[in-house]
Amino acid sequence: MTVMYTKDHEWVRADGDIYVVGISAHAAEQLGDVVFVELPDVGKTFNKGDDMAVVESVKAASDVYAPISGEIVEVNTAVVDEPAKINEDAMGAAWFVKIRPSNKAEIDEMMDEAAYKDFAENS
Amino acid sequence: MAQTLKTTPLHQLHISLGAKMVEFAGYDMPVQYPLGVMKEHLHTREKAGLFDVSHMGQAVIVAETHEAAAKALETLVPGEIQKLGIGRQRLTVLLNDSGGILDDLMVSRPDTDGRLNIVVNGACKEDDYAYLDARLPAGAKLERFDNRGLLALQGPMASEVLTKFAPEAAALKFMRFAEIAIGDITAVVTRGGYTGEDGFEISTWADDTQKLAKLLLEDDRVEPIGLGARDSLRLEAGMCLYGHDLNPEISPVEGNIAFTIGKRRRAEGGFAGATRILRELADGPSRLRVGLLPAGRAPAREGAEIQSTDGVVIGVVTSGGFGPSVGGPVAMGYVETEHAATGTDIQLIVRGKALPARIADMPFIPHRYFRG
Repeated sequence: MTVMYTKDHEWVRADGDIYVVGISAHAAEQLGDVVFVELPDVGKTFNKGDDMAVVESVKAASDVYAPISGEIVEVNTAVVDEPAKINEDAMGAAWFVKIRPSNKAEIDEMMDEAAYKDFAENS
Repeated sequence: MAQTLKTTPLHQLHISLGAKMVEFAGYDMPVQYPLGVMKEHLHTREKAGLFDVSHMGQAVIVAETHEAAAKALETLVPGEIQKLGIGRQRLTVLLNDSGGILDDLMVSRPDTDGRLNIVVNGACKEDDYAYLDARLPAGAKLERFDNRGLLALQGPMASEVLTKFAPEAAALKFMRFAEIAIGDITAVVTRGGYTGEDGFEISTWADDTQKLAKLLLEDDRVEPIGLGARDSLRLEAGMCLYGHDLNPEISPVEGNIAFTIGKRRRAEGGFAGATRILRELADGPSRLRVGLLPAGRAPAREGAEIQSTDGVVIGVVTSGGFGPSVGGPVAMGYVETEHAATGTDIQLIVRGKALPARIADMPFIPHRYFRG
């Protein structure tokens, strides 16, 4: 399954017609121990780049932006209940939301694994 | 930019320990080590943490006699310094003429007559020194100790660790200090710190600071701790961070640190800003620093508005975050005094949402000092 990344360290992965969204393992490592997550309500719509969620470490709060435009169809309440999962499995069990995309072309503008790895190492 | 930052005697050690470095008070300082802020915080409360606080300003006020030095300093601080005993340390505040706090500082009296050692905040030290140079009365002068380093060893096992090398340290009580040999290093050891735990602050010549740090880190119970955990530890302990919880507009009465104002000083006055401070002691301040405990999981951070339950702005958060030992968010801030009673329901505005919270007693985690 192809994972695509934004420059703001979100990832998306296709799951049928919808896309699973999370933050990268690199971002989780940079944040440190995550202690709080705020996710949007199901049904809410976002444009690409809108503030969508918040992750907080002991030290600071960081915004998570909508990597693609669309409607929230599901949120992962498990990461709200246990934010530390983000430090353990950012790319898997600690996904944030599922989005029904309104403009699939946005995904083509994102970075693939190799491009993101290069970006993250040099940013 | 990095080359313009100052470094402490432990800079190379921080790098070799894998610290993530950030600018703080003009210094390149470790914000965290590979252990991470959460584990560093919990380790300090469980065992012992070693902090590099060499960026702080160490200096001495010198005069002919103790009385002369104390009277000189007392013109600028509200603390009882004349009666400060030999071998004792006290927290006080440096005041401007409006009774606002320019810095919080530790004052201690060594057994050499006519000297008062001070430790001031790193970010304030140049301004403090300039102010003291300009304002200390004739007969008293400031000498900087820029060639000294400062370590803090904090936590319930700090005493066991330090007394392996310096048995005399065991007998020191909270807020007392002595010159003690740690191995072959000459150090001034003070019992106290900035975490709420038992512990020590250890001043040495800068040339010895790295050697001492390495010696203490050899003990398996000791981990190096960065500024991130230093901040969450002091927040849980209810202690102020200058520039955030205290500033030149805020008086020690408003700051809820009126214990820094000596009894005799309250009767006599005679310090910068005394008019305002004595009035606030008599009539009560219009605002007060209080603890804030959010009901939910979301941290409220510096700058968040504090509202009454009916939506009227009554204050602002000055420090806030997640308390690893509390296991939830904690904060402190200033509220109008009529809303300052412990248990008062309030709301904190976080990202436009009003989150329920209440005024809470501090510290959030009980202090565990060694009082003998």
